[in-house]
Amino acid sequence: MNKVKHTTEMNAFDRRRFLQGLIGGTGLAVISPASLKAQSSTAYAEVPSVLVDVTRCIGCRACMRACKDANDLPNDTDLSEGFPDSWDREELRFDQWTVVNPSTGCNADGIEVTRNIKNQCMQCLEPTCVSVCLVGALTKSKLGPILYDADRCIGCRYCMMACPFEIPKFEWDGGMSPVIGKCQFCAHQRLVEGKLPACVESCPTGALKFGQRDTLLFEARARIKTRPERYINHIYGENEAGGTAWLYMSDVPFENLGFKSDLETAPLPPLTWEVLSKIPIVAGAMAGLFGTLAWSLNRRESLDSQESHNSQETPE
Amino acid sequence: MNGWIFILVCLAILIWAALCLTYDKRPRFLRPVTAITVLCIWVAALWTLIRRFTEGLGAVTGLNDAAPWGLWIGADVFAGVALAAGGFVLAATVHIFNIKRFEPILRPTVLTAFLGYILVAVALFIDIGRPLSWWHPLVMWQHHSIMFEVTWCVILYSTVLAIEISPVVLERLGLTTLLKLVKMVTIPVVIAGVILSTMHQSSLGSLYLIVPEKLYPLWYSPLLPVFFLMSAVAAGMCVIIVESFFSAKILKRGLESSLMADLGRAASIILFVYITIKFSDLIVRGDWDLILERNLQSNLFLLEMLGGAALPAILLSFRRARNQPRVLLAASVLVMGGVVLNRVNVCWFGMSVSDQLHYIPTWMEISVSLGSITAGTIAFFLAVHYLPVFPKTEEELPEAISPGSNTGLISA
Repeated sequence: MNKVKHTTEMNAFDRRRFLQGLIGGTGLAVISPASLKAQSSTAYAEVPSVLVDVTRCIGCRACMRACKDANDLPNDTDLSEGFPDSWDREELRFDQWTVVNPSTGCNADGIEVTRNIKNQCMQCLEPTCVSVCLVGALTKSKLGPILYDADRCIGCRYCMMACPFEIPKFEWDGGMSPVIGKCQFCAHQRLVEGKLPACVESCPTGALKFGQRDTLLFEARARIKTRPERYINHIYGENEAGGTAWLYMSDVPFENLGFKSDLETAPLPPLTWEVLSKIPIVAGAMAGLFGTLAWSLNRRESLDSQESHNSQETPE
Repeated sequence: MNGWIFILVCLAILIWAALCLTYDKRPRFLRPVTAITVLCIWVAALWTLIRRFTEGLGAVTGLNDAAPWGLWIGADVFAGVALAAGGFVLAATVHIFNIKRFEPILRPTVLTAFLGYILVAVALFIDIGRPLSWWHPLVMWQHHSIMFEVTWCVILYSTVLAIEISPVVLERLGLTTLLKLVKMVTIPVVIAGVILSTMHQSSLGSLYLIVPEKLYPLWYSPLLPVFFLMSAVAAGMCVIIVESFFSAKILKRGLESSLMADLGRAASIILFVYITIKFSDLIVRGDWDLILERNLQSNLFLLEMLGGAALPAILLSFRRARNQPRVLLAASVLVMGGVVLNRVNVCWFGMSVSDQLHYIPTWMEISVSLGSITAGTIAFFLAVHYLPVFPKTEEELPEAISPGSNTGLISA
């Protein structure tokens, strides 16, 4: 078993290297329209990702505390209020980038069970927020995580409106310079130093596993295959909104646990780009059309008035 | 439930405002009431703005993380831009299509549009979280964003409107050289204005193309940009009618009835096409049965489409109805209301899950919106009073305007 897994991983690695070469050939055409078209998921094989095994999460919220420490966010609320019978529900805020909340839903056998669900920015492979941000305050880093630059942000909140997972949050009491807050995968503080994201490092049960996306997908499939009675055959985030770096596996259907189940598998940015990319042509055509129209109509009028002027003069 | 109360309160305020304006002259006791109403609105708006710029948006608005866009975006920006569409429609009619008989109402229309865009810009300045960074889109380009395109178009089109309205000021100041220069560039500027307007009017709809699973299917459609553009053009024409009607009443001018009737007819045709495309689109997408759901969204959709589009379109399609100023006015007000409701529906009710509203505007938000409307109205009549906006057709015009009638509103 172990051997099989190993060789497949090697194959995946080789294939990845090969594809990487192909993609490298096209260069860093990050802003070309083609880059917004749906790409096969293999293009994102190396993106640093996290696999969340919902069945392993005990809801200790250690990840929430670790997140706040790592990102210098206020850590003053007692997150264990009501433990162990019932957690107080915590919401994502501009200064709270990840939450774990219990969610009750029917499993495949129709029995109501409660699972602890971690929520944070899904780190979309083709992020909607990055495509809608008009000043480029949200950017997708080369590694993969989506970063926020408050110095560029104008606070229009289009990212909040557009995000399919409703992740970006706004500092509503921020006076003249509020910020958008969301998980940035610890990219600045930890990932660049080769450390794990704080939440992953803090997880005591192995519910969070960090790795390259294709490796994690492979592992998730292997877990599902070896224990089909434990997991449902759905890896949330594999295709949702064009695929995300955060991947979830569970024993309860995701829609019963409050996950958004009506998401398209195609990435969202092309929806607006399809319209936006046609604007230069339409504008050019309109300029030509109206220019000709105005010129010819005005010319005819001036000719007419000249003619009538002449005809008035001739009788005399 | 709260939503309904809000709608009713808003309707009541609007009717009250309309009554104040229409019957300003008749019952004498209403004039101080108008003045006090406007004053109260302005004090509340000022208080709101002070708190907004010191404490933040959360202190004065009902906005929250689940509802990032509210009344200021939906009503002031989306609806405001749509209602100001008359400017580019009439400019194109007169200068591009060369239909010169509309020229007498061009200046007041462009003035309305210009004031409208100033108010939109002010609303945006108040609504964006970091107002001091408003210039960032000018230097930090991200051309994949619809918002980027909208921002540029709105800024450029405001400039276009300023150029289009500049002859009014230049004539008053007697700067003939500059006036000649502006006359020379008029046609290219108008063409640019039409292109920019087409782009951003439709792009305001395109903003919502990115939320296929969030916006209620009655409003979400790949054709959103087309719908936004068409409804804006129809509404823009109706704003011209309403504005002319009130100008005629308050300034005691004659009403250009035949032009108004023509505008009404054009609006009616556009509305019929709009309704046809809208329902065909619903049928093609297979979501037409949502109309009969009898929930908040379907009721609002019916109200918007039947009351704000179908009814006025039918009314305006009859010549006899069009030729009666009161019917024309009523139908135009309905179209305006329908478009405002459409924008509010897209921005607010359509983005709420089922009957649960995440957002209710606060009285402070409403006061700012009303404050901007009243300020715009008063600015319009001030401009009309001091600048040659309306053509001087009757020589007895200065006498016809009794000093009281004008200042009555301005001082109010």
